[in-house]
Amino acid sequence: MKQLLILSGKGGTGKTTIASAFIKLADAKAYADCDVDAPNLHLITGWSVEPEKTDYYGLQKAEINQELCTQCDQCRQNCRFDAISIDEKYKVDPFACEGCGVCEYVCPVEAITMKPAVAGELMLYSDEEKVFSTAQLKMGSGTSGMLVTEVKKQMKSATVDAELAIIDGSPGIGCPVIASLSGVDMVLIVAEPSISGISDMERIINTAAKFGTKTAVCINKYDTNIENTEKIEEFCKKQGLPFIARIPFDSNAVKAINNGQTIVDIDCTSGVAAKEVYQNTMNLLFEKGGG
Amino acid sequence: MRIAVLSGKGGTGKTFVSVNLSCTAEKAVYVDCDVEEPNGHLFLKPARIAGTPVTVMVPAVDMNKCTGCRKCVDFCKYNALALVTGKLLIFHEVCHSCGGCVLFCPTKAIAEKERRIGTIEEGRSGGVTVLTGCLDTGEVSGVPIIKGLMKKLPREGNIVIDCPPGSACIVMESIKDADYCVLVAEPTLFGVHNLGMVYELVKLFNKPFGVVLNKCLDEENPAEKFCFENNIMILCRIPFDNELGTLNSNAEIAVNKDKKYRDMFSSLLKTVLREVQHETTTNP
Repeated sequence: MKQLLILSGKGGTGKTTIASAFIKLADAKAYADCDVDAPNLHLITGWSVEPEKTDYYGLQKAEINQELCTQCDQCRQNCRFDAISIDEKYKVDPFACEGCGVCEYVCPVEAITMKPAVAGELMLYSDEEKVFSTAQLKMGSGTSGMLVTEVKKQMKSATVDAELAIIDGSPGIGCPVIASLSGVDMVLIVAEPSISGISDMERIINTAAKFGTKTAVCINKYDTNIENTEKIEEFCKKQGLPFIARIPFDSNAVKAINNGQTIVDIDCTSGVAAKEVYQNTMNLLFEKGGG
Repeated sequence: MRIAVLSGKGGTGKTFVSVNLSCTAEKAVYVDCDVEEPNGHLFLKPARIAGTPVTVMVPAVDMNKCTGCRKCVDFCKYNALALVTGKLLIFHEVCHSCGGCVLFCPTKAIAEKERRIGTIEEGRSGGVTVLTGCLDTGEVSGVPIIKGLMKKLPREGNIVIDCPPGSACIVMESIKDADYCVLVAEPTLFGVHNLGMVYELVKLFNKPFGVVLNKCLDEENPAEKFCFENNIMILCRIPFDNELGTLNSNAEIAVNKDKKYRDMFSSLLKTVLREVQHETTTNP
């Protein structure tokens, strides 16, 4: 199974719009939403069945047994995350606690125990033909990278026979993005022709390069700034990165999405361009010697 | 006053709103907490930049003292240490700097050393002080950089915090000390879904907040509908217009280009200030 990951660095460039179009065009048997922090792919992939839900446990959280606590202050002094505070009683801020277990270890009277904590929810949609794995991180939680790994694991273990898996990624370059990069065959970057978009694109390309992942670029809303579009294409040429295609700005794209449809479900200019992007991406992903 | 600007979804206009608010307020401080992809500096183009590296503490082992007892390996919840053929290996990228291994090593074989994960840059752009956090590529967590930025903030004055997308730990860290949260929403199905998430987040942290509806078209606005249904204050409506789009894509500051944008942001700032004042008198 070849895995294609869609990333962008900057948010809102059209990752999910492109991912959903690809899923439709490929009639994909396996796909996943790794933007666990703000997942949206489920909104337009048209599943009518309820997903199978599983609690996701992140790192443990410290809990203080007030009856045993002697208020010796050892836990507070040794916590590097400022997660323990005192007003009358010692208490743990569950949002600040990173579950390291130092407080449990230093407590002389064993008043502190590390307790499992739900940090999100995994969801698996499936029928006889296809599998869609997604998740939602609980608000204010850390460990999004671990949840991303679980989403991909869930997709793989539920997939019976698929040539291609399409993975929608998250913005940024940090832990969820790095977790999503592991094991994929190719990254498609959806760039936006703005100064911000170019800066963010360069940072995500550097990040993907650190992990040695094959990377190609397409530009969304290219006609909103032709000069910047040309800069991006020039950049790709210099870096030796395959440039896939341009997609025009299209107000029909928003209309499609707001109706819960993909841009290839309706007759529109961005949909036509998305087909070309899809074809060129597939050629590159499945080309001989391409991993 | 500290105003945090957030959105859940990326690309809705957080940086656009933050930068223009900073340039409208007097002697403002603009803080870029989107440390994975900081963009505010591209608009503000600060001069006289002073950069400082941000470091975290990671363990360093003295193999002459290590007895291979595995106590640190067993203790570490992040699997940042491993004992392979009698040698202690340390994986810095996954270390959370809790200090446990140092604390519990029976032979005191582990010390700590600094490791760079990014930078904080401080500069000036006209009347605006610009603070930018930037995570090095390949690094996992920007939280220590955001904590560093927060320590640098003055106690007084108008501070605008440009937050990262999402609603995870880094966003929480960014809004923790905010007096008011501005949620920027775009009129799409995705935009509304993610607005719902940050709405829950600001409620959870008990922050006063209001919504800026960005990229408004003539058609029905699902984000506006969400605000009506949940009785959320709408601070301002910014129209979708090509001129604004072009200014933004060229990293230009709208309020410095056209009086109509300056008026729009002046009135937004006034509304926010009034809301905060109202908050402090009713919930001191």
